[in-house]
Amino acid sequence: MNLLIDGFKSAFFLILHLNPELWNIILLSLMVSGTALAAATILGLPLGAVIGLKRFRGKSIFISAMNTFMGLPPVVVGLFVYLLLSRSGPLGFMGLLYTPSAMIIAQTVLAFPIVAALCHSAVVHVDPIIRQAAATLGATPCQVTIKVIREARYGILSAIITAFGRVMAEVGAILIVGGNIAGYTRVMTTTIALETDKGNFELALALGVILLVISLVINAILHIVQRKGMMEAGR
Amino acid sequence: MIKLVAAQIAKGYNAKPVLQDCSFSFDEIGTYALMGPNGCGKSTFLRICALLEDPDGGGVEFYSGRDRLEKNIELMRKITIVLPRVGAFNASVFKNVAYGLQIRKMNHERIAEQVDRMLEAVGLAHKKDQNALTLSSGETQRLGIARAMVIEPEILFLDEPTASIDEENAGIVEGIILNLKREARTTIIITTHDRDQAARIADRVLMMHDGRIELQK
Repeated sequence: MNLLIDGFKSAFFLILHLNPELWNIILLSLMVSGTALAAATILGLPLGAVIGLKRFRGKSIFISAMNTFMGLPPVVVGLFVYLLLSRSGPLGFMGLLYTPSAMIIAQTVLAFPIVAALCHSAVVHVDPIIRQAAATLGATPCQVTIKVIREARYGILSAIITAFGRVMAEVGAILIVGGNIAGYTRVMTTTIALETDKGNFELALALGVILLVISLVINAILHIVQRKGMMEAGR
Repeated sequence: MIKLVAAQIAKGYNAKPVLQDCSFSFDEIGTYALMGPNGCGKSTFLRICALLEDPDGGGVEFYSGRDRLEKNIELMRKITIVLPRVGAFNASVFKNVAYGLQIRKMNHERIAEQVDRMLEAVGLAHKKDQNALTLSSGETQRLGIARAMVIEPEILFLDEPTASIDEENAGIVEGIILNLKREARTTIIITTHDRDQAARIADRVLMMHDGRIELQK
């Protein structure tokens, strides 16, 4: 019990005194996950919207695959990206393994199906009359799609926030492809795992507290967004 | 002006014919009321004319003078339909009405000016900043008409615009249609099952009978 209390005391000391090592780790975590989320959104949002709005052969199989990929085990993704980026892999010539870029790629692979599947779900729940209304006012197919995406904005925002929560808390994939190099690829989750192994609980607990706060903030935003969306839909 | 020619339109659902050999030329600017009992195919005919549905047989053509017009986005921007379910966007009343002008890349000042004028005309100026989803059904119908009228279509289709609203709102909607009719720039084609309403607002009354159209007056 004393160990835990002492650990928390030291953790708060580190946070309150703006420990540079701690802040570097936090900023790198936010940079990696934020960039991965941006990439996943750029790819996943249009894909989800197109699948939701267009008819094509094999659509249901595609949707099933997308939903399955939402639950991809991070270590499997890590292994897959590692094999792609390793020196003997097809993308080995790029020299990205054990860099923040490799971590961004791994987290993008994890976040992409979440964004795509949840955006698809948000788009298909928009009343079809909206599409028809936009088209009758002279919107081009592209403008109709943009209108539907705007109408699905709360669902889409929820999808993005959910994906961010998933990648921020992820450890398996980035540990494999990032290598947990101090000051270079060491992020919050991998540091927690490493420092716990070393018995250095102060830094691990400090990062744990920050991760919990970030998770709390993400969930609070998600709750507010969903409530706002439900209130407007229920009007 | 754009002339609309519907020729030998046939349409059925689940092997049950709704429209058969349905033809009419809307070749003069004016207000046409399409009447008939529920389920006679008025709305189906209107949706086919507005290019929202494809017929099983026959077709719809649009002419400018003697030139046949391509069914492309250019044409789609000259005709519009207000459906019984308006489909208000989850945005302010102002943004709903402005949508048709924004997608035509009109400048902001002109959009604001035209939307304000239109909201005044349909009696929704005091609600311009309100979310459109909070409007009553009558107000939503007026919003739908404003949203369609602001783009100044050459042909305006109105599918049962007063069927699901109260008498007061129905009166306001009729007033809007009559004002639009006075301006004499738009061909208005309206479906209704109210004979008195048709007499009040239409220059010509068309009767739908056994899936065909007959001119009444």
